[in-house]
Amino acid sequence: MTPIRRHKELDRIWRTAPGWGRLAAVNHTVIGKRFMLTALVFFAIGGLLAMLIRIQLASRQSEFMEPGTYAQVFTMHGTIMMFLFAIPFFEGLAMYLLPKMLGARDMAFPRLSAYGYWCYLFGGSILIAALLMGAAPDAGWFMYAPLSSATYSPGINADIWLLGITFVEISALSAAVEMLVSILMLRAGGMSLDRMPIFGWYMLVVAGMMLVGFPPLILGSLLLEAERAFGLPFFDPTRGGDPLLWQHLFWLFGHPEVYIIFLPAAGVLSTIIPVFSRHRLVGYRAIVAAIVAMGFLSFGLWVHHMYATGIPHLSLSFFSIASALVAVPTAVQIFSWLATMAAGRPRFSIPMLHVFGFMFVFVCGGLSGVMLAMVPFDLQAHDTHFVVAHMHYVLVGGFVFPMMAAAYYWLPHMTGRQPVQHLSHAAFWTIFAGFNLTFLGMHLTGLLGMTRRVHSYDDPWWEVLNFISSMGGFVTTIGFALLALDLILLMLFGRPFRRDPWRAGTLEWAMPTPPPSYAFASIPMGDADGPSLAAGKGLLATPRGEMETLGVDPLTGRPEQIVILPKPTFLPLLTALATGGVFLSLLFKLYLLAPVFAVAVVALFLRWTAAMPAPAVLDAGQGLMLPNHRAARLPPSLLAMRFIIAADGAAFASLVFGAGFLAISAPGWPPADWPGFGWPAWVAVAGALAALALPGRALMPQVVTVAGFAAILWHMEGVQDHAAPASLAALATWGAVHAGIGAVLAGWAAGQEDKRLSVQWQRYAALVTVVAATFPLLLRLLAEGAA
Amino acid sequence: MLFPAGPAAQGIATLWWWMFWGGAAIFALMLALFLWLLLRPAAGQGIPARWWIVGGGLVFPLPVLAALTGAALWLGEGTLGGTAPTRIEAEARMWQWQFRYPDGSATTDVLHLPAGRDVEIVVTSPDVIHSFWIPRLGGKIDAIPGHANRIVLRADAPGEYGGVCAEYCGTGHVDMSFTAVAEADWGRE
Repeated sequence: MTPIRRHKELDRIWRTAPGWGRLAAVNHTVIGKRFMLTALVFFAIGGLLAMLIRIQLASRQSEFMEPGTYAQVFTMHGTIMMFLFAIPFFEGLAMYLLPKMLGARDMAFPRLSAYGYWCYLFGGSILIAALLMGAAPDAGWFMYAPLSSATYSPGINADIWLLGITFVEISALSAAVEMLVSILMLRAGGMSLDRMPIFGWYMLVVAGMMLVGFPPLILGSLLLEAERAFGLPFFDPTRGGDPLLWQHLFWLFGHPEVYIIFLPAAGVLSTIIPVFSRHRLVGYRAIVAAIVAMGFLSFGLWVHHMYATGIPHLSLSFFSIASALVAVPTAVQIFSWLATMAAGRPRFSIPMLHVFGFMFVFVCGGLSGVMLAMVPFDLQAHDTHFVVAHMHYVLVGGFVFPMMAAAYYWLPHMTGRQPVQHLSHAAFWTIFAGFNLTFLGMHLTGLLGMTRRVHSYDDPWWEVLNFISSMGGFVTTIGFALLALDLILLMLFGRPFRRDPWRAGTLEWAMPTPPPSYAFASIPMGDADGPSLAAGKGLLATPRGEMETLGVDPLTGRPEQIVILPKPTFLPLLTALATGGVFLSLLFKLYLLAPVFAVAVVALFLRWTAAMPAPAVLDAGQGLMLPNHRAARLPPSLLAMRFIIAADGAAFASLVFGAGFLAISAPGWPPADWPGFGWPAWVAVAGALAALALPGRALMPQVVTVAGFAAILWHMEGVQDHAAPASLAALATWGAVHAGIGAVLAGWAAGQEDKRLSVQWQRYAALVTVVAATFPLLLRLLAEGAA
Repeated sequence: MLFPAGPAAQGIATLWWWMFWGGAAIFALMLALFLWLLLRPAAGQGIPARWWIVGGGLVFPLPVLAALTGAALWLGEGTLGGTAPTRIEAEARMWQWQFRYPDGSATTDVLHLPAGRDVEIVVTSPDVIHSFWIPRLGGKIDAIPGHANRIVLRADAPGEYGGVCAEYCGTGHVDMSFTAVAEADWGRE
């Protein structure tokens, strides 16, 4: 078979149809680019809001915006930049790059990529629509209760944040599961984990962090929405709740979030710096150890956002030490990059200019971060413009500059054209100068006592500093406009090139550019270069009409299975629309409509499983016979189910932690009379035990469990009067939902030969039921022990 | 914060200036290393990789961080926490401050303090979260509904010091400032 014919046949199988067919796209190259482009639109909107803030603060006693409008603007600026720009942008980049770097033809669950994208687009659009209608969230991007509760934020604004962001976070969780499975299983033949491109390691750790970092936020949002909508007082101190619970749940997510944003950018740097140093990455293993350490440490620092909340002295010391320690893995990475530059012969290029921008800005932000980790200093600088400046140094230095380096480095890959570099230098220096002009002096503004989120001030010295910051802000904006123009010129007028313009050596450059829909004409096995892959000298070189890619042993990279991926379909779009229906009906308080949409979501998800290939053993080429994923020992879906259960477990653990936290430290405990579950708890437990004993036939047991929890909830009294019954109702609901999913999965698996997916869930759901049904006892022990 | 008028603020200001000069030195060092390696290719080829990673990643930051954290914890022990016999209750509400003194008197948006003496301020809120902060006297402490937080402050000399609410608390947040007046003869006991 000639390379041309192979290309034509593969493209016929893999390509996305034009016209309306675009809405059915599932290809990682297409979806990845959509994520990035959409994120850039949100970045522009967030930047526009930043300009409004700088106009407001440019002079004292400014009448430009009213306090209420200003509150919406600063809340939305933070929310958009965090949730709608930074995270989705790197998700898109990872989606685009990971399969190409690892030697796969697509991600493990292409339809999940598409579903995540639509959830992100629709959820983000809800927030932007609210902004345009003047009903945007206005309690600050971390939405502290009780300011965000129904008493002090009666409008729809806070609901938009809680529900809209939760909708968007579906895409973060689905991306996390998908990246974990893809990195672990879909790689080139023989690519063991310790020889994987370093970017793969970074994204593996990031995806793991997202998997356990986002659930606390989602759970917190659901609890706060339950308080706002149904009066369950989780955060109301007059009824046994505690505002501090929100802060714990929020920062339990919010601090890892900073590293979730930084690590992909560091992965980009670890990829680019060796290329421009003309030397392989020095300290690969040290870097892997550093990022794993960073992943764990980042979950032990959240309290450093809460030094001023009156937390006991001893715990402050612990969190202060942990916060200072996180500088160590950062230093290991930076010095590994310096070592790479020292070992090689660095050449100067536009991406390296942005690496310089990173070094300057991020090191500055890291140092002010160490300062803020010190409790006494933080108590002064907390909630002032010093923190605003620090945070922008870290996020712009640690994310935006590396992403601009990535844009210059990989845009030639996406477009097949080389940079023209007329405006590139001017754009960089304008952004660099403008940024420092905006935020360097802002440290001083904060030290002089200007708190954040104020819309006016009196001090004439602050006016000088603020005016300089505002001018810097406009210079930065001009710089970004130049950058956008430069990148557009590159796409239009850049010179086409053959292959690998940077002489990079990672696999994504071993393909024609712009990349074909199938990425690799044949899957690399051992050492491979572009032309030999196109000539079919790898695995799976003969198209069979299905979208095939190689599945490997997670550790060693030994070829184990042929994963057959689903064709383009409208199902992800339809499912996301139905999911949007659930969120919109909750938002507009049409509570009878929400279950209808929820049923539609479940039905649509079940449709996804239709038309699966039959188990078979296929020829992979090079004399290798491999089972397809339906016949494999560990199919990707089973691994994904384990990760989904881990994420769900993180949310459940947060719920149990939350209830326990209230029992121990909230005011107004123990409650006047203790609610119990009574006999229905035994029904639920009996169902759970039966599901544990017969996980393969769990339909009836799980129905019994659902009935037990339904009876508990039916008899539950006083859920609006005290957080104790409210917490128990939350746990019972959690149990009911999980048993319900168990029943649906069991019903579905009845028609399947392979019941392992369902069995995994039944075991987990049974555990949830036992914990939930016996929780009243535990809660009472905790509360009375604390009293 | 840069113009301390009490021992707590003074300690923090000293800590800040140490961190500032130390941070500036580290920043200059890092940037010089980066530019040296970038602009003088092959300059660092004689230095083995282990020196960079172990030296720069562990040997260099660990003692610096240990010394800094130790000093900050020691400073925190001295200035944070603790109690004082004189106690003033501060209630933050949307959007004003109410102060109650040992003799039963109360003031709104003006806090009267005895100069040259430690005072314990107990901060509460009946509505949303606020934060009590007099920048020239010391750090801040949140007013959280359902909790009573305390902070010990001292104004060295009589005078007026500005105070604010530091946690965003709604549209009236900016107007929630107060004046702390340190008096030589206080007389509210």
